[in-house]
Amino acid sequence: MLAEIGVASVEEIFERQIPQAVRLGRELDLPQGRTEQEVFSHLSELAARNVSAEQELSFLGAGMYDHYVPALVDMLMERSEFLTPYTPYQPEISQGGLQVMFEYQTAICELTGLPVSNASVYEGPSAAAAAAYMAKLHNGRRRIVISAGLHPHTAGTLRTLAHGYEMEVVEVPLRDGVTDLEAWSAAIGDDTSAALFAQPNFYGAVEDAAALSAAAKATAGDAVVIAQADPIALGVLATPGECGVDVCVGEGQPLGNRLDFGGPSFGFFAAREQYLRRMPGRIAGETVDVDGRRGFVLTLQTREQHIRREKATSNICTAQALNALAGVVYLSWLGRRGLVELGDLLLARTHYAREALSAIEGVEPLHAQPVVREFAVRVDGDLDAVRRRCIAAGVNPGVDARALSGREQDEGVLLVALTERRSRADIDRLADVLRAAVATERPGAPGGDGGSAEPQKAGVAYPMAGHR
Amino acid sequence: MAEASYPEDLLYHAEHDWARIDGDLATLGITWYAQDSLGEVVFFDLPAVGAAVKKDESYAEVESVKAVSDVIAPLSGEIVEVNETLTDAPQTINEDPYGAGWLVKVRLAEPSEREALMDASAYAATLGG
Amino acid sequence: MSEIDENHLHADPGIEANHPHHGLAVAVGGPGESPLQRERATTIFQKGAPGRRAFVCPELDVPLPQDHEALLPARLRRAEPARLPEVSEPEIVRHYVGISKRNFDLDSGFYPLGSCTMKHNPRLHERVAALPGHARLHPLQDGERAQGALELMWNLQEALGEVSGLPHVSLQPSAGSHGELAGVLLTRAYHEDRGETRHKVLTPDTAHGTNPATVTMAGFQVVKVATNDDGGIDVEDLRAKADEDVACLMLTNPNTLGVFDRNIAEIAEIVHGVGATLYYDGANLNAVMGISRPGDMGFDIVHFNLHKSFTQPHGGGGPGSGPIAVSDRVAPYLPVPVVRRDGDGTFALDHERPKSIGRLRGFHGNYGCFVRAYAYICSLGADGLKDASEVAVLNANYLLARLKRKGIAEQLPLAYGELCMHEFVLSGGPMKRQLKIKTLDLAKRLLDFGFHPPTVYFPLLVDEALMVEPTETETRETLDAFADAIAAILAEAGRDPQIALDAPYTTPVRRLDEVAAAKAPVISQALD
Repeated sequence: MLAEIGVASVEEIFERQIPQAVRLGRELDLPQGRTEQEVFSHLSELAARNVSAEQELSFLGAGMYDHYVPALVDMLMERSEFLTPYTPYQPEISQGGLQVMFEYQTAICELTGLPVSNASVYEGPSAAAAAAYMAKLHNGRRRIVISAGLHPHTAGTLRTLAHGYEMEVVEVPLRDGVTDLEAWSAAIGDDTSAALFAQPNFYGAVEDAAALSAAAKATAGDAVVIAQADPIALGVLATPGECGVDVCVGEGQPLGNRLDFGGPSFGFFAAREQYLRRMPGRIAGETVDVDGRRGFVLTLQTREQHIRREKATSNICTAQALNALAGVVYLSWLGRRGLVELGDLLLARTHYAREALSAIEGVEPLHAQPVVREFAVRVDGDLDAVRRRCIAAGVNPGVDARALSGREQDEGVLLVALTERRSRADIDRLADVLRAAVATERPGAPGGDGGSAEPQKAGVAYPMAGHR
Repeated sequence: MAEASYPEDLLYHAEHDWARIDGDLATLGITWYAQDSLGEVVFFDLPAVGAAVKKDESYAEVESVKAVSDVIAPLSGEIVEVNETLTDAPQTINEDPYGAGWLVKVRLAEPSEREALMDASAYAATLGG
Repeated sequence: MSEIDENHLHADPGIEANHPHHGLAVAVGGPGESPLQRERATTIFQKGAPGRRAFVCPELDVPLPQDHEALLPARLRRAEPARLPEVSEPEIVRHYVGISKRNFDLDSGFYPLGSCTMKHNPRLHERVAALPGHARLHPLQDGERAQGALELMWNLQEALGEVSGLPHVSLQPSAGSHGELAGVLLTRAYHEDRGETRHKVLTPDTAHGTNPATVTMAGFQVVKVATNDDGGIDVEDLRAKADEDVACLMLTNPNTLGVFDRNIAEIAEIVHGVGATLYYDGANLNAVMGISRPGDMGFDIVHFNLHKSFTQPHGGGGPGSGPIAVSDRVAPYLPVPVVRRDGDGTFALDHERPKSIGRLRGFHGNYGCFVRAYAYICSLGADGLKDASEVAVLNANYLLARLKRKGIAEQLPLAYGELCMHEFVLSGGPMKRQLKIKTLDLAKRLLDFGFHPPTVYFPLLVDEALMVEPTETETRETLDAFADAIAAILAEAGRDPQIALDAPYTTPVRRLDEVAAAKAPVISQALD
């Protein structure tokens, strides 16, 4: 090979192209390579030091949920033909991947009740930020109004990116657990580019999406109404499309994707027809070939970064293709009835769980709004200590809301999430364990730590979100 | 339109746009060179009647499979008519860029701006390189 | 001219014996295209029947309230169910396995896409990523009960820091372009913190499309810098354009032409001289691992594509992961959270970073990708990573040498330089003029030969560009076969250009009408 190239050594190829001054000149300070067997052992040992949903009864949620992923999803995701190709730039040999995108887009349109969808973006919060950018390009305005019910990570991501977009973010408070409609109307004006709310919101409450959309449109005409929705909840909730929402985004993880400590997953992005040519991300479209065969291609690529360059509606050139495949396979597996049955089951069990926990002395619901699969309770006493007692008993009771939101008024608030994997017996066990923990930890309770919590070691409870 | 052509009766802007002036009205469009570079036009977003256009600034976009291009106004004025047929048949811009493929008609704000435009041979010369 | 290896040509059963192209073409991915591959595309929505199902819902085991509206008022309920398919599990499997066969993939054949680094995805990675301790770990699990995950992330941060020569790492960005956005936002924060408002970001005219888009999203204006005759940055043009209104210069080295910019030290000096940051697009890191480090070249911010050099599978377009590594002066602005190691040897997610730009997404990043990239780094180690880059560069130069032979070089000359790094760019301009076929046609004809074509029409600077990156995975035999196929296609075009102009013939579909798709887009299946 060297002879064909016309050099004496591989080193010569580098020597002739890279100045000596920037050559590393030493070995990388990393361990030497290991055998497959050794690497497997090492990765297994690391896995063993994580407490997954396999090892405790978990009610953790707040954006990602431990649903049961059927085996056929794993099998299809591991197929070479789906796992290893690149973005489908040569459509003639990428019909499998392009058709999956087309089917996924169809499924998302159905779920959201909106007529157009892209082939997915990275994940939930950044999808919301991308929608806000699209709103800015659409109407040229600079203000983003958000509900305090947005997931803190969505609000945080939006604030970070809004700084670059040169947009201002204004938050509207909740009242009785849902967005304060009056404050929402008052905050939205002719300078408002976009208005965002979550469905259900961070505290599990179902928002009146139709009222929020109508109010936004009434005051500001061209403001883009954006809902960030839980896709499983969309199986039973009035669709954003039916409610007058312009853009619906969301975190797609609950659809056939694993928890994976937070990623990868996918974000879905659907909108009204008029936004089709401004939507970020990849889009698969149907067409025919020279022989008249039905086929699929990436279309409207001029919106994407690689052709429009600085005029692009986003810089996203990835679709989370593999994760979106899992999503559409999962939705096909659930099927038309299955998604509704799942939603109804969750409604019933979540209601039951909220009642069961509210019956505990020292625990009360944060609000009385309808909930679908997650709810919030306030615990009287040191929530961190209560959680630790539950965990010691093998039950993770849920997410400490204040640790995520950073809000003082969320002190003691616990977010409890359900999936179909949490049965009635599991909920009863949660209630028992929580009852015992709260009883021990309530201020003035005999035998407990009372109000004096152990000093909080950062990283013991999961860390504070900060205010960004 | 297969062959390059730059009608004599039009005035041209360096950013590949033309104007046909008739009193205080002007019809605007893109040149053969522009449509050839773009490839087949798939979408033209009609600007609004009544909107202002400003010389040397973009007033619309033309989209093909491979690119999106700003359409630059050669003259300033107010849009009085837009070519509605382009919504269903945007490829007319390729087929007949100076005739049926016209984009907008404007009422000129500053007719003297025409002095800054080129005639057909001057414009064609800029394409030579 | 090189001999065409006849073993690479098979008769295609799908083309009739008297068809002019019978005997020429090769079916994609295997010995022959089956009827299955040519059947009319039907979506999952067009399959099934009412009442069929795969999922069996767990039984309702809790009491329902008397008033069902207590669960969800009717006005908040969906009027009609989503019209998802009604199919059984075997139907789902058959459908998706069937359409998978209409896909070419890296496990099946050579995939020399420039700047994509299509190298082998080791299957060990899927096995370890699937371990429940990694796969079923909730992102909000308490840090003390996720120490394995945090240690893995820490180790990955350290390794990427060492490879790049920049010690401060954030694993959060979800993809290369996301990492790029992070880099530009960091730059913005850096300048704002010093009380300055700068407006411009410089990018070379050979830059990947995401660079200008990213710059605009971060509130800056793009200014292009010219390329010199060697394919590197035109230093004098840079000097003229670098002023105190410039926030950053975004580069990749080696660049998209496969050229290592020898003036990098001088470029860094000019940029730092006006107080701007120097950003490295890590798409081409595969050429220099263990050989040269962006930190040592003077870069302030580097982004990595774990789905390129570090074997995270591309998955048909995603997921990816785009961590960034930065210099001391930019470190305070890194997105939160970052993994921190405490004095007692435990790990934690650090959110207490007052100058941070904030977060760029939910949770901590694409952990599933971290597991795979980490497994790769463990497998290869210091010696293996350097090896990988050396072989990647060797393979690219060998393939380039094969394509410089008579019969090819006249039609597809190298755009810049003599040698290359891990990829090279050819120009199809002469081929277009002499043989009347374009780079696009060459690419389509390559499909019939069972190869994925190289990247086409990028970088924009090169006429009829063809960007080729073989990676270290490929054997000499594969590279030879590819070169032979190119030679065969050129020879064929010399006899009859129409063959390439109408190609491909043996793929599940032939050339598709992209204009129609853009004019009147149909982006979902019509339903009942």
